[in-house]
Order: sequence, then structure tokens, then C-alpha cells
Amino acid sequence: MSSGETIWTDDPPFPANAKRAVNNAQLRRNIRKATTTIRERRANLVGEMPDWQELRTSGAAIKDEVLRNLDRYLEQFEAAATGRGAQVHWARDADEANSIVASLVAATGETEVIKVKSMATQEIGLVRALAERGIAAYETDLAELIIQLGHDRPSHIVVPAIHKNRAEIREIFLKEMNDAPADLSDDPQALAEAARQHLRRKFFEAKVAISGANFAIAETGSLLVAESEGNGRMCLTLPDTLISVVGIEKLLPTFRDLEVFLQLLPRSSTGERMNPYNSVWTGVTPGDGPQNVHVILLDNGRTNVLRDEVGRQALRCIRCAACLNVCPVYERTGGHAYGATYPGPIGAVLTPQLVGVEHASELPFASSLCGYCYEVCPVKIDIPTVLVKLRHDAVRTGRHPVEGALFGAAGAAMKGRRRWTRALRLAPLMRFARRGGPPPLSRWTSVRNLPEPPDQSFRDWWVRQHESAREVIRERKRQ
Amino acid sequence: MSARDEILARVREAIAPASPSDRQVPRDYRTRTEDGIDRFIERLHHYQARTQRIAAGRLEKGVRATLADRGVHRVLAPDGIPDGWLKNLERLTDTPPLDPPALDGVDGVITTCALAIAQTGTIILDGSAGMGRRALSLVPDYHLCVVRADQIVGSVPEAIAKLDATRPLTFISGPSATVDIEMVRVGGVHGPRRLEVIIAE
Repeated sequence: MSSGETIWTDDPPFPANAKRAVNNAQLRRNIRKATTTIRERRANLVGEMPDWQELRTSGAAIKDEVLRNLDRYLEQFEAAATGRGAQVHWARDADEANSIVASLVAATGETEVIKVKSMATQEIGLVRALAERGIAAYETDLAELIIQLGHDRPSHIVVPAIHKNRAEIREIFLKEMNDAPADLSDDPQALAEAARQHLRRKFFEAKVAISGANFAIAETGSLLVAESEGNGRMCLTLPDTLISVVGIEKLLPTFRDLEVFLQLLPRSSTGERMNPYNSVWTGVTPGDGPQNVHVILLDNGRTNVLRDEVGRQALRCIRCAACLNVCPVYERTGGHAYGATYPGPIGAVLTPQLVGVEHASELPFASSLCGYCYEVCPVKIDIPTVLVKLRHDAVRTGRHPVEGALFGAAGAAMKGRRRWTRALRLAPLMRFARRGGPPPLSRWTSVRNLPEPPDQSFRDWWVRQHESAREVIRERKRQ
Repeated sequence: MSARDEILARVREAIAPASPSDRQVPRDYRTRTEDGIDRFIERLHHYQARTQRIAAGRLEKGVRATLADRGVHRVLAPDGIPDGWLKNLERLTDTPPLDPPALDGVDGVITTCALAIAQTGTIILDGSAGMGRRALSLVPDYHLCVVRADQIVGSVPEAIAKLDATRPLTFISGPSATVDIEMVRVGGVHGPRRLEVIIAE
């Protein structure tokens, strides 16, 4: 199976990446500043909604309803969208999706396309795949533009350039943007203006655009894209051909369900009551917008996730990134350390399930299990529970032999009273491990303090303090 | 097997052990709120949009004065906008359709809306008369939207209930903006950098 760029390497070596990242003071400052801002904004806006918990409950229930009947909703969406003039395609994996997009673009005779920010196209590595076929795809979202010009990778689901500060962005623009003004300042307003000037002609001339979708409505065949800048509207409105790559879990049963998600998403993602623009379109509207409308329904590992009764709740995710913004691990390592398209807590549960836990066995351990991610999740994904389940799976794959052996030994020791008593007598030996110990134990002790084991176990102490204790118990039993 | 059939087969196999769904989705959230004109205006100001309240009888004069004050003389006006609103101004229409550079060349666009949401400061366009196709309210740098007071609903659920999903819908909450640099909200990227709303009462 081809997973495109769900992960960038065969096994994201999170511990090594994280170690590098936490030693990068500039990176940590940039990410701390941005996540602190967004956390406060989200908390204020969620706090003013007395029915926030009820909205979360409904959001989770709607997504579960979709997942339980996904086959039916997919067929319903296909019929409705086709009936309104869209062409619906299906892609089993990244390669298939990329090939469909490439052939649709080739059929128009164009060699340049404009793009709306989309996690699905990031996941399948679409821009790179198109480049290999001679098609240049231009990112139009400001943050994605910064990443593309900087030959960088996104590090956040909603604000992909969160790891760059204004001075670094100015440098990238001056170096890589051919029409950047020479006297460009690092004022965010000036940087946004430079992006506007740079992209305006592209918007006016492009014949083909590529997007994802935040939601797909089964009942009507409609798609919705939420955005802020208007680059999305440009892509969805001006070109003749629009190709949207949509994960199969993006469905909602009815248009009415948007009343829940259009309240949950903006407050959770950017900390706004409503993001500046939402566009909804249904197939082709004569005389308004693209007249060739394509939708590609993408699996790429999602049906693997669906198979797992505990893990499938990760498919409720609406990509708001609230879990990234509150995560103490993400705040210190940033997104690149996860080595995958979906970073942070949601990435730690989604990535191993999409590609198979054996290909991302470190990611379920990239968490302190503090539970803040679950608390802020607008669709109530119990990320800590899924993480623990995936840790179990990872150990079973044999990728974590030390943990497997330790817990196997603990399990054996706890099976009988006498074995357990004897094992406890060995505990004082752990003092040796506290001071470092040999590898692989030292990997644990180099970053954590083990509690100091007592000289004797509680059982031994009890017996010595109350030498007659056993006698007393026996006596009572006899009576 | 086609990709379609294979994906549907995988889905069915994956969800087979689940119990069939007859569970109702709970909807215990608010389906209406008391938010009204004052809240709508407060939200628009928060987004850096300008607002005015004008009595219905004075609307023609108010619209003309507003456009003149903002230096908007060449005005794009979709079918359905009354001529009286644009007296003494240069009215451009979209028949035949204008290309993007031509849309970019106008001083501003005036539209009506399908509805507005007070709680979130949102106006919604659905492409019917007075609004035109989606590009018209996108490419010009100044957008003046006339909202009738009776089009303002309190909350998102009240708006969704009244909309026709199969029309092309645009939800607009303030002028174009971005938070992509250090999560600081700055206005003015690709959409209209100036948004003004007239509420006709």
C-alpha cells in the first residue's frame, strides 16, 4: 500500500527528533508564543458557550453515526453529487489519488494549478507527485506559501508555519519570492500584503484548482471549505476546473449537521466565533464558478482505522488542532519531530493506524497521557485511551522488546503470592538502576527519576513489626 | 475490482461487527439565541468591519452617501440592486460576465445577502438576485453589503435551517484576514480588505 507522505520516513524516530527540537531555543520560543496565544483565545470563546459540552456530544455522535454507516453515506454522497453535475472518483491509496488528479489536470492541457490548503493532499504528497509529472502546483494559503517557498515541511495542522517567526518569514520572502519588495519589513501586515501581490495574477490566470474539504454532506452532495484569507474562495470560484480530494471520513449525514460543526470548528481551531470565509458548493452551478467539478474520495488507510473498535474514533477528527495547541509534548518538540503529516496528539493516534503501528511504533509513546487533548477535543476523541491501546499494539509487534520483557516479567511475578514476595525482595537492587544503569535501562533513567526503593518491602516490614501477625491471623481463622 | 467497489467492501468488512444504527443523535444544544442587531454590530466591529443603521425610508440616500464617502464611484452591482441606490454613480453590471482583472478594476461592489447571523457577525450570500455569482463579492477590494433587519437571525442553527444547501453559499465574517504569522490576526489578504454592512431597519 502506498501511503504517500503520511509519514516521511519509514519509522519516525520521534525520540531522536524530539531531542534535537528541544535543544532549538528559537523553535521552542516560536511555538510557545503561538500556542499560548491560541490557547487563550480558544478558552475565552469556548467559555462563552453555555452549551459547549452538548455541542461536543452531538459532534461526536454525528461522526459516529457516519462511521457506523459509512458505506451507505458514501453511496448517498456519490449519487447526490453526481446528480448535481460533479464527477466522483475513488482512490484506494495515495498513488491512485495522485494519478487521478494528474490525469484530470493533463486532460485540461494545463501545466500549472493553484491549491487550497488541505491535509488530505499533504498526506498523499500531491504537490511532489504532480511535479514529477511536470505539473506545477502553487500553494495559496499564506502559511503553505511560506512552507513551499522555504522548501520546508508543515509543522501544524491549521497554521503550518507556526515554527517560523516574522523575521524568519521575511527572510524566506526576500530570498525566494521573485516579486517581493526590496524594503519588505517583518510586520505581519506587510508580509500578508506581499503574499497578496505575489498571488493575485496567479488567481486570475489559473484554469485548474485543487482543494480538500472540511465537510462533505451525504444528503446533498455538497462540500464545504473553511478558510480565512480568501485564497480558498479564489481557487473555488475563478478557475474552470476544480478537483477536491476528500477523505472518506469527512462525510456528515445532513446539511443540518453543519449547525453543530460550524460552531465547534472555528472556536476550536483559530479561536474565532467564525472564520472569515466558508464556501459551500454542490456540483456545478451554471454561470457561477468552475463548470468541471471533480471529487476524489480517498481511503489511504482510513478503512484500516475503521476496523479497530477502539481506534476508529480518531476518524471523527475535524482537523482543528486544538489538541496540538494544548499538548505539553507538542509545545516543546514542535510538529516536525513527529515525522508525519499529522503531528501532535491526534497524529500520534492517527498516523500509526493509517500506516500500521509497525511503521510508526514510537509515536504512541510521544505523550505524557495528561489528558488535556481529550478535554479540548470538539468531537470527544479519547486520545489517551487510544494511545494506551496503540502502545499495547506496538509492544506486541516486537518493536519495543524492553518494555515487552519488563511487563512480561512483571505479569509473571504477579501471578502468585510467593513469586511476588520474592520479586519484591529484589527491589532494593533497583537503586543501581536509579543511578543510570546499563542500556537499555539508561534510556529511561536519563530523563526520569525513579522513586527510591525502600530497604525492605511493606510486607517484610509488617512481618517484622508484628512478628506474631501471622500467628494472629491463623488464630482467627481457627476460631 | 474497481476502486469504488473495493473501498466499499473494505468499509463493510470493517464496520460489520458494529451493531446496526438506530441510535438518535442527541441535540441538546441551543437551537436559537436572543442575539439581535446590537450583538451583530458588536461582532462586526470586532472583525474591523464598518457598520451603519439606516431607516428603510432613507436607504437610497444612505447607500449613495456611503459609497461617495468611501471614494467608490465605479460600482459593481449585480442584477437586483435598485438603480436608486446608485444614482450619479457609475454602475457596472456582470452581464456579460466580467473577467477577473475587470472585477479587480472596480472601486467596489454592493450586494444584498440571504441572511445574517448576529452571534457570529456573519453575512451569508447565496447567489440569488442582489448578490450575483460568488466572484463578485470576492475580487473587488471594497464590499458593501445591505442587510435588512428582518434577515438577522440569532445563531448558527437558525441560519442553517433557512438556507438552501444546493445554492452556492458564502459565509462572510469580517474582511479577509490571516493568523498564519505567529497567530496574530491581521486583516487584508486576498478577499476584500474593506467590508461594510448597512442594516436597513
